[in-house]
Amino acid sequence: MSERIDVRKTYKLYIGGKFPRSESGRSYEVTDAKGRFLANAALASRKDARDAAVAARAAFPGWSSATAYNRGQVLYRVAELLEGRRTQFVSEVAAGEGLTARKAEALVDASIDRWVWYAGWSDKVMQVHGSANPVAGPYFDFSVPEPTGVVAVLAPQNSSLLGLVSVVASAIVTGNTVVVVASERSPLPAVTLSEVLATSDVPGGVVNILTGRAAEVAPWLAAHMDVNAIDLAGAPVDSVTDLQVAAADNLKRVLLPRLDDWTATPGTERMFAMLETKTVWHPIGV
Amino acid sequence: MVATTAPPPVERVAPQPPWAAGLSDVTASDASLRRFLHGLPGVDQVGAEARATMLATRSIKTVAKAWAIDLAITMIDLTTLEGQDTPGKVRALCAKAMRPDPSDPTVPRVAAVCVYPDMVPMAVQTLSGSGVRVASVATAFPSGRASLAVKLADTRDAVTAGADEIDMVIDRGAFLSGRYMQVHEEIVAVREACGNAHLKVILETGELVTYDNARRASWLAMLAGGDFIKTSTGKISPAATLPVTLVMLEAVRDFRDTTGRQVGVKPAGGIRTAKDAIKHLVLVNETAGDDWLDPDWFRIGASSLLNDLLMQRTKMATGRYSGPDYFTLD
Repeated sequence: MSERIDVRKTYKLYIGGKFPRSESGRSYEVTDAKGRFLANAALASRKDARDAAVAARAAFPGWSSATAYNRGQVLYRVAELLEGRRTQFVSEVAAGEGLTARKAEALVDASIDRWVWYAGWSDKVMQVHGSANPVAGPYFDFSVPEPTGVVAVLAPQNSSLLGLVSVVASAIVTGNTVVVVASERSPLPAVTLSEVLATSDVPGGVVNILTGRAAEVAPWLAAHMDVNAIDLAGAPVDSVTDLQVAAADNLKRVLLPRLDDWTATPGTERMFAMLETKTVWHPIGV
Repeated sequence: MVATTAPPPVERVAPQPPWAAGLSDVTASDASLRRFLHGLPGVDQVGAEARATMLATRSIKTVAKAWAIDLAITMIDLTTLEGQDTPGKVRALCAKAMRPDPSDPTVPRVAAVCVYPDMVPMAVQTLSGSGVRVASVATAFPSGRASLAVKLADTRDAVTAGADEIDMVIDRGAFLSGRYMQVHEEIVAVREACGNAHLKVILETGELVTYDNARRASWLAMLAGGDFIKTSTGKISPAATLPVTLVMLEAVRDFRDTTGRQVGVKPAGGIRTAKDAIKHLVLVNETAGDDWLDPDWFRIGASSLLNDLLMQRTKMATGRYSGPDYFTLD
């Protein structure tokens, strides 16, 4: 029998629940940590970012008004599918980040656990972040958290799956929709995540994944007037200030990059950063 | 599309095609009208669709795009035709028609506001002196299923209330069953009832099914004296598609070549993005010619299109993508 020929992959973007090629027609080579060819990935352009923002905006009303219980169920189901793709994730993380299989396995397990952890928060955010406020008047006064809207996420460059899951799940669990720019050097786990999401119950447009250069796409997302927040976790170091300036035009919420240890317990900070607070003054018995 | 790129307009030598000879007496009898309409050359469906698709790929950028966006805004018939329309809604729409973007006085006003007849007085009052016209649908819009007397009363009502333009629907039932003369006489009667008001004839091409029928209905409406032919009511899908607009643009071009009278075209329904609008403008320029690139001869019936045009305009001015939060809802 003759030797089998490799099926060489050219991955596409994930926008609005569909897998389009980049509008620009461009792609780039993805290599492993040692520089060997792995696959071709789409090289997203500003117009892909625009389309993704439109898709995210369209998905926002449905996703944000789903009950917290329902969102939680949908996200748990994603965790099940992640589990099903475990071996694929392990090999992609190992190749992309230059890790041993054992270390990659540990990261993938941590990623799935992280997703489950955030899924569990869906119906708890309101209790923890909301409040009943004492006021000097005949009112029952309470504050509830609401999703901020469309969040642009520059995924961490060096943690291609655990970092990605941490920034995406924390944003969508509360009802936001996201446009994610995946790690430029190792985008394959993000591509596989998009395949997982496409076959899950997450409505199209809630998560949109672009592969390519953050330096090229990020300024457009930061300046976009219909994007409500931007997470700069994976922003190019020298562009953070410029992106903050661009984001100020419509008073976007900005989450600055820090030296994150993605394996540490995440805490609620990322989730709470993408919320607005609605306070209601409800008159009581006069 | 724009002076810097457009070739000089092609001089049209008025040809006298055999099927148009003796146009004056085609409406003399039912038989001659049928003979004429069925004698029109058939539409090459594949060719029309391919040409529309090909023209839609034209890339209109920078200066030309800015020019096209402003032209498209001036061509809009800003429309609200819902059972739930209120005077307040119509007032708001009129305000938007006169000043589409309150934060930017350089945005041109739209061509007209299109409402149901009972909303005409409100629109006339709000728009008086602004240069924005008031268009009213009439003749038992959108189905057209009423007696001629009712249709004429409907029309007179709108004209008396001050409508500058009347959008009538043809009797598709009569057209599809071959009673062309009846359709013709109805248009002529409505034309009379319009007085000085412009008459737009809605063919409702989504119900006429074939391009051949769209071409026949276009000629029928023009022969009967319509000032504009309009694709659709917006209540039926498909509404305005590029190929059907192409067929109608060919009809007005040929009609002017034959009779010397210029008739306008108005696609309506389903044109929601600036990109769609620009595709239509390319089609106009390449089919009928730039004589039609004017709000007097080409209109776009739409409501949500205006916001997308404004967003594109803002994007071009500021260099960043805009969002619907910054424009009025309608």
